[in-house]
Amino acid sequence: MNNKDLAIKVEHISKCYRIGFKEQMHDNLCGTLLNFMKSPFKNFRTHRSLYKFDDVNFDQSDDRSDILWALKDVSFDIQKGEVVGIIGLNGAGKSTLLKVLSKITVPTSGRIGIRGRVSSLLEVGTGFHPELTGRENVYLNGTILGMRKNEIDQKFDEIVDFSGVEKFLETPVKRYSSGMRVRLAFAVAAHLEPEILLVDEVLAVGDAQFQKKCIEKMQDVGRNGRTVLFVSHSMPAVTRLCPRVILLNGGRVEIDDVSHRVVSAYLQAGKATKGERIWPEPLEAPGDEVVRLSSVRVRTRDKLVTEAVDISGPVGLEIEYLVLQNGYEFKIYFHLINEEGIEVFTSLDNDQAWRKRIRPPGRYVSTAWIPGNLLSEGMHFVGAGIRTLNPELKRFSVNEIVGMQVVDSMDGQGARVDFTGDFPGIIRPLLKWETQVTPMEPSSVVGSVTTDKGMKS
Amino acid sequence: MANEMMDTAMSETTVAASPADSLSIIQPNNGWQMIDFKELIQYRDLFFFLVWRDIKVLYAQTILGFSWAVLLPLIQIVLFSIIFGAIAKVNTDGIPYILFSSVAIIPWTYMSQSMTQASQSLIQGSSMLGKIYFPRLLYPVSPILSKLVDFGIAMGIIMCLMVYYRISPTWNLLFLPMFFILMMSIPLGIGLWLSSLAIRFRDVKHAMPFFIQMLMYSAPIVYSASSVPGIYRIVYSLNPIVGVIEGFRSCLLGTPIPWMYVCPGIFTALFLLVSGAFYFKRMERLIVDVI
Repeated sequence: MNNKDLAIKVEHISKCYRIGFKEQMHDNLCGTLLNFMKSPFKNFRTHRSLYKFDDVNFDQSDDRSDILWALKDVSFDIQKGEVVGIIGLNGAGKSTLLKVLSKITVPTSGRIGIRGRVSSLLEVGTGFHPELTGRENVYLNGTILGMRKNEIDQKFDEIVDFSGVEKFLETPVKRYSSGMRVRLAFAVAAHLEPEILLVDEVLAVGDAQFQKKCIEKMQDVGRNGRTVLFVSHSMPAVTRLCPRVILLNGGRVEIDDVSHRVVSAYLQAGKATKGERIWPEPLEAPGDEVVRLSSVRVRTRDKLVTEAVDISGPVGLEIEYLVLQNGYEFKIYFHLINEEGIEVFTSLDNDQAWRKRIRPPGRYVSTAWIPGNLLSEGMHFVGAGIRTLNPELKRFSVNEIVGMQVVDSMDGQGARVDFTGDFPGIIRPLLKWETQVTPMEPSSVVGSVTTDKGMKS
Repeated sequence: MANEMMDTAMSETTVAASPADSLSIIQPNNGWQMIDFKELIQYRDLFFFLVWRDIKVLYAQTILGFSWAVLLPLIQIVLFSIIFGAIAKVNTDGIPYILFSSVAIIPWTYMSQSMTQASQSLIQGSSMLGKIYFPRLLYPVSPILSKLVDFGIAMGIIMCLMVYYRISPTWNLLFLPMFFILMMSIPLGIGLWLSSLAIRFRDVKHAMPFFIQMLMYSAPIVYSASSVPGIYRIVYSLNPIVGVIEGFRSCLLGTPIPWMYVCPGIFTALFLLVSGAFYFKRMERLIVDVI
């Protein structure tokens, strides 16, 4: 690793664990006794095999059932000052990767070069002791996270300010509320100044405000030219924070690219909530003898079925259904729920061509187009349903049947313009803004203010 | 703008304070390794706070606080003086039994307590082990230091007794620092071995009380080393605790220093310490995976 601009160089890292031991059962007394006598030796071998991998062939792809490859042949480089997200399913190896990088566990094979001081935040408040006071825990936790004592001395007031627990500094932490404890712990973590920061999404637990603080702090760290590795399940957070994302799958690097490409690939891989749902058997589909659901999907403008949609482009919600009996007028509707469970809107089929008109039997496809620059970033879940008017009856209704991830590509054209921070609101319309200016000399502004004051006195 | 400049200035100072551009390599290293003393020095602040935490927390929310450090050995001294001094009448080479036993019990209490705590240190710290890295060696070493506080307080008992029995210090006292270091190195060596074994085999925890008891009766705490038959003396003195106890006795009470017990003991203690350090270092990388 001679290149000075590299912060982390990971070369062919693998890590394996041994899982699952079969328990032997004996059905006679003799066997049980013999087993009892032999068990110390067997237990010893079992314990030993947890870390001795003499019997495992590293070179070939060995598909043994008792060996789990948490990481397999992972390689990547990270430049100084890069902010990189790591995504993947549970068990894809994200946390193992962070643990290997932060030296908590040793890789089975491969090599990593790291340039600079590393701090890892796999948890806030590691090493907090309930019997110690707030002040003492700041020092203990700070040094555990890798700060020096004089560094903490310098930042102590800042940390306390940030946490907002000044009054309880001399109180043992066991008397703190859990919220106070988390605030104090995070305040310490937020004042770390390593060259390389490894963060697990464990950080993102807590209330919304706490999460917001975390994200803001992460952005600060990234802007200050430090290298950040961020493991997360939250796609909006990843796309917002990390220009580059690595997707892990089964312990391997699947994609390593610009964030929005990786995120949409991840979502399209069908592993997250799908963008399409098909009922091939009409009899098993929601519905009744009058109408049956056949499929629901999300489409882009180019008619592609997708789970990742650009915030600025229109999105089509498409429903396919079979009308089985003649003589009914139908009302088709969609509703959209965001990732916080808030109902964003409900939309009713308002196609004038079919208004108050009986739909004869057949296969129908109805699409509702959501304009671009309306939805907010993040996951949205689509529900659908069909009612008949005469008689007024709900035929079926399905909730959260497909999902789509709204992604902001940050090209400056959207409602965000160039703002990268937390952007609240369940919708994000691109409103028309106007600015008017009346030119004025700077001195005359000051002058008019002073005359105003003079008038008053 | 000003803020930004402050920020860069701040980060530059921290960069200067730490080995910023140092390149560290992570790779599997099988085999025996030396302890990385350079790394330990980098973590000295943490080491200090870990020791200090152990001291602070030990008697938190107790009524007696540090009085426990005096009370526990005191009770033992009184008990032993009654049973072995007054009833069994153990031969003490003419030293009052209460003095004879207290100079042994106080270093022994330190050794047994710090040994037990060091051996359990990794298991007790297991929640932290999986979350953050710092040299694992700090886990077993910090109780060795934090327990010295108790030892220091309990030494007061010996001083009081020495004043009471009008025993004046002799030149032997100059050897006390040596025995003091020997006294610390024994639980450290054993602690290194047992803590890394305990993380793999929880049997250590169950065997510990028995092991401690065996060590106690194998050392001249309630009896005098001179009562051991001569032919067994070499084997007997290989137990480093014998050397420490007899050494403390002669330093404080002015009897001649029994080098024949001390020298083999130093050898064993050194062996335990060095082998323990290597074994610990070898097991260190596996700790998290087998916890």
